[in-house]
Amino acid sequence: MRPFTFTQVQDVDSAVQEVSAEGAKFIAGGTNLLDLMKIDVMSPSHLVDITKIALNTIEETEEGGIRLGALVTNADTAYHELVETRYPLLSHAILAGATAQLRNMATNGGNLLQRTRCYYFYDTQTPCNKREPGSGCSAIEGYNRDLAILGTSEHCIATHPSDMCVALAALEATVRVKGPQGERPIPFAEFHRLPGDNPHLDSNLQPDEIITAIDLPAQGFAQHYTYLKLRDRASYAFALVSVAAALDLEGSIIKEARIALGGVAHKPWRVPEAEAFLRGKEATTENFRRVAEAYLLGAKGYGDNTFKVELAKRAIVRALEQATKMEPTS
Amino acid sequence: MKENYTGKPANRVDGHAKVTGTAKYAAEFDAPNLVHGVVVNSAIAKGRIKSIDTSEALALEGVLEVFTHENRPGYTWLDKHYQDEDSPPGSPFRPLNSDKILFSMQPIALVVAETFELARYAALLVKVEYEREPHSTDFEANISNAYKPKKYKSTPPPDPRGDAEQAFAAAELQLEEVYSHTAQHHNPIEMHASIAIWQEDGSLIIYDKIQGVQNSQEYISNAFGVPKEKVQVYSPFVGGAFGSGLRPQYQLFLAVLAARELKRPVKVVLTRQQMFSFGHRPTTAQRIAMGASPDGKLQAIQHNAFGETSTFEDYNEDVVIWPGVLYHCDNVQVSHQLVSLDVYTPLDMRAPGGTTGTFALEIAIDEMAYKAGLDPLEFRLKNYTDTDYNEGKPFSSKELKECYRQGAERFGWANRKMAPRSMKKGHQLIGWGMAHGGWEAKQKEAAAKAVLSPEGKLEVSCATADIGTGTYTVMTQIAAETMGLPIEDVSFKLGDSSLPKSPLEGGSWTVSSVGSAVKQVCEKLQEELLKVAQKNGHEIFKDAKPEEISFANGRMFLSEAPAQSVPLLEVLALNEGKPLEAEVSAKPAKEQQKYSSYSHSATFAEVQVDEDLGTVKVTRLVSAIAGGKIINPKTARSQILGGTVWGIGCALEEHTVMDNHLGRFINHDLDKYHLPVNADIPETDVIFVEEKDEIVNPLGAKGLGEIGIVSVAPAIANAVFHATGKRIRRLPITLDMLM
Ligand SMILES: Cc1cc2nc3c(=O)[nH]c(=O)nc-3n(C[C@H](O)[C@H](O)[C@H](O)COP(=O)(O)OP(=O)(O)OC[C@H]3O[C@@H](n4cnc5c(N)ncnc54)[C@H](O)[C@@H]3O)c2cc1C
Ligand code: SF4
Repeated sequence: MRPFTFTQVQDVDSAVQEVSAEGAKFIAGGTNLLDLMKIDVMSPSHLVDITKIALNTIEETEEGGIRLGALVTNADTAYHELVETRYPLLSHAILAGATAQLRNMATNGGNLLQRTRCYYFYDTQTPCNKREPGSGCSAIEGYNRDLAILGTSEHCIATHPSDMCVALAALEATVRVKGPQGERPIPFAEFHRLPGDNPHLDSNLQPDEIITAIDLPAQGFAQHYTYLKLRDRASYAFALVSVAAALDLEGSIIKEARIALGGVAHKPWRVPEAEAFLRGKEATTENFRRVAEAYLLGAKGYGDNTFKVELAKRAIVRALEQATKMEPTS
Repeated sequence: MKENYTGKPANRVDGHAKVTGTAKYAAEFDAPNLVHGVVVNSAIAKGRIKSIDTSEALALEGVLEVFTHENRPGYTWLDKHYQDEDSPPGSPFRPLNSDKILFSMQPIALVVAETFELARYAALLVKVEYEREPHSTDFEANISNAYKPKKYKSTPPPDPRGDAEQAFAAAELQLEEVYSHTAQHHNPIEMHASIAIWQEDGSLIIYDKIQGVQNSQEYISNAFGVPKEKVQVYSPFVGGAFGSGLRPQYQLFLAVLAARELKRPVKVVLTRQQMFSFGHRPTTAQRIAMGASPDGKLQAIQHNAFGETSTFEDYNEDVVIWPGVLYHCDNVQVSHQLVSLDVYTPLDMRAPGGTTGTFALEIAIDEMAYKAGLDPLEFRLKNYTDTDYNEGKPFSSKELKECYRQGAERFGWANRKMAPRSMKKGHQLIGWGMAHGGWEAKQKEAAAKAVLSPEGKLEVSCATADIGTGTYTVMTQIAAETMGLPIEDVSFKLGDSSLPKSPLEGGSWTVSSVGSAVKQVCEKLQEELLKVAQKNGHEIFKDAKPEEISFANGRMFLSEAPAQSVPLLEVLALNEGKPLEAEVSAKPAKEQQKYSSYSHSATFAEVQVDEDLGTVKVTRLVSAIAGGKIINPKTARSQILGGTVWGIGCALEEHTVMDNHLGRFINHDLDKYHLPVNADIPETDVIFVEEKDEIVNPLGAKGLGEIGIVSVAPAIANAVFHATGKRIRRLPITLDMLM
């Protein structure tokens, strides 16, 4: 670990100002950043502790949704009454991730910005374009069981590892950020990005911007939802494939469907055209399978992870079946 | 009546110290002026260091030195000076010996600084240029270069019996398959750590994480040319080791080297990542060819193993002894060849060879049972053996049939339908599988000392280790029972190289070896007490022979006249206020050589496999164990539970990934190297069946550290087959193999 200076700020504006310094970074729960600093994958020279900023509440919004403060912990979010009752999909997704201890420290803002779990990204003695642009990608021809099958580039096939974000994508959340130019909302689908030629960038957030909150729209799909997480052990593991599925049903007819995939791409994966196919259709396994096929169009395996293409399809079908029958847990 | 401490559950005598944090582990010791060393590891797997620039690191204030091959002082050259008690044949790795790189993550520098943080930072500033050479780490690609080692580390594979090839060719039922698993790493919770303190008089004090302090003592004495008496090693508590602490690891050598050069105490603690830079359970492939008659009698077994080793040592383990130990079969041929790769030498890991060999053999047996159309348990009974055919000797005891009976009953095995895919709940296919295993019950020579104070407090000691298994506790129990003292008046000391000689703590032989020594030293102490009594003309014991006296409740008496007992304190008072001492070295009795001694296990497992998604969950496990006398059922159960958890990990999760492009293990942390978590572990039943054995050692106990793991992975693999109809012969079994 390299030496760094440390400062604690009390409000958003000072945070934005402090972080504009060369080499500065925010630290919230520290559950990801500190690990990466210890192994020299990230080496900020100045840490701006934002945990004292009053962004730690969950409130109802005028639009009928709710606002999750960026500094509310993952645990407090998952167990918040409004979240549990109106957005149980989000609650389930958060609780499918990490461990109780980690969720107690981890914040909502930090969860969005957690880095990939690609093995090579964590080992500074190996080439990795995300860690060291231009050094090459060890994973494409190396070990890629955990990595992406959709939206990859020849420079990087990393996934975004968050569970929470998969639910937020399905729920069409909006990320509220503030920078030197003021505030701006970012629709969730545009928050994270694909690796393309710049795999070192995970999101469209600017380095001098802070996440202040995440807004959820009114519709929470509390009647029919599931978060299905498939992984190599029953807990404390990242998803090989996960599915956040939410349905608005009238009898057996689907009024609206939302499907987001985790563990398969550099961002939570949604295919709105495919979702639209389900609108007005019957909630049957056959229809679910057709959507699943459409979701995985263009998917590409890299050897160790090729199985994920079929696994993701089956997971979509299962998740939609569970959402229909209301058996929400994985 | 005399209090029996053994055979009853006892709390750990060190439990309080552990949960209150007063039990100190190697890295937790301190010394005045202590400085910290951080290791730099190689990025490449093979080649040489072209240049190593330490100037930037050295320029930091507080950095004392960076040791590399360029400035490492010359020490002894001979291989034998670097060999330790657990070295395989070959040329042991020597840290910082030259510019040559032999494996990825090889230690290439030690940065020493006033603080740990500074040393860690400075380590990042060491600049290394390499000259790469093509490495070979791909096990499968190199299997064709396998060779028979000149010398085996363990016993050479047993000689052939009968004509396995011909019997196989003639058998009506035939099976020929390859079973394999990748490397696994020990990953004890405590990272390896050493502190070295050179004294003014040239002697050395060491705190080390090790499974045998005298092994570290001997190693350092040889490597640094210091007389053994001048090397004092302590290791009072060990946070798990599972074999990783059998050999002194490189942090010990580096700490001693740095401390000697800098004339300051040096502490070196490895990181979790660095725990993947030395020994591991080797990648292994095993061919099994098996023949049987239609009624399910084994007619031929060929078991041919290929195990990974390094380029500098020939590591092997007992992978292929199991056909001769576990089954009756007249035509057996086995072999074990090595595949040398640019990796660090593998290292014994919990039930080395047993875990590997049993997994393959017990899946093959299940396959053959299906070919014969027999229930797998019935098939095993049909091929049962009371003889260890490798040795041609009867077992000193073998209550495996009782394990089968009680295990099957507890599990409800009788209700099993033979056909795969015959049980289902929703999307979950349910399968039941079983397997059995064995582990040798060895007694090794061990010494112990007993001191009985004038106040009647007994301290027994031996230089053994407690790696979390409960050594402190069981030795205290054995001593208290033998001496007839309240357990509170008895203590046991270990983890100190100046104590009486002990074998390494491994191989499940500690209770058997050290326990026997403890028992015998107490018996010797009893003779001393008798002598004192007689010398002082004590009426009652005037003509008594040692075998005629007994001890209970802190009193001594003639066995035939317990009513006339004398308090030990009274006898001790006759010794002029001096403590009474005894020391013994316990050797295995000659009688043992006529027999073969093994503990046995039978494991029954239930799994649920999702028919679409392939996820596997172990939902029920029953392990029945025949392990001789169970000294402490509580710590014994913990050992078996631990072994069971290991077995689940081995079956479904553990897997160190070798990236053959980089020649490097790539999942080197506990996020990416999966061990089971609570949610993976089902309700587990442990049964100890009664097993009397008067031959194995004076205690009749067989040791339980390893028998708990061996039959778990194959039982799970067999259950997966029963659930799905898919036979998986490669561990770990993951969902992609089953979807
Ligand atoms: C062993 C382990 C297992 C895990 N398993 C899972 C899992 O299964 N599923 C899952 O989803 N997650 C998992 N996690 C990840 C965990 O959810 C994240 O580490 C956590 O959410 C990060 O939040 P934090 O507050 O600790 O972030 P920090 O580590 O403090 O910060 C992370 C990044 O976000 C930036 N940042 C933080 N807050 C803000 C803000 N308000 N505005 C702008 N930038 C900000 C920081 O600068 C930093 O770059 C796991 C983590 C660990 C260590
Ligand atoms: S996939 Fe991305 S993160 Fe992984 S090695 Fe390649 S560039 Fe690095």
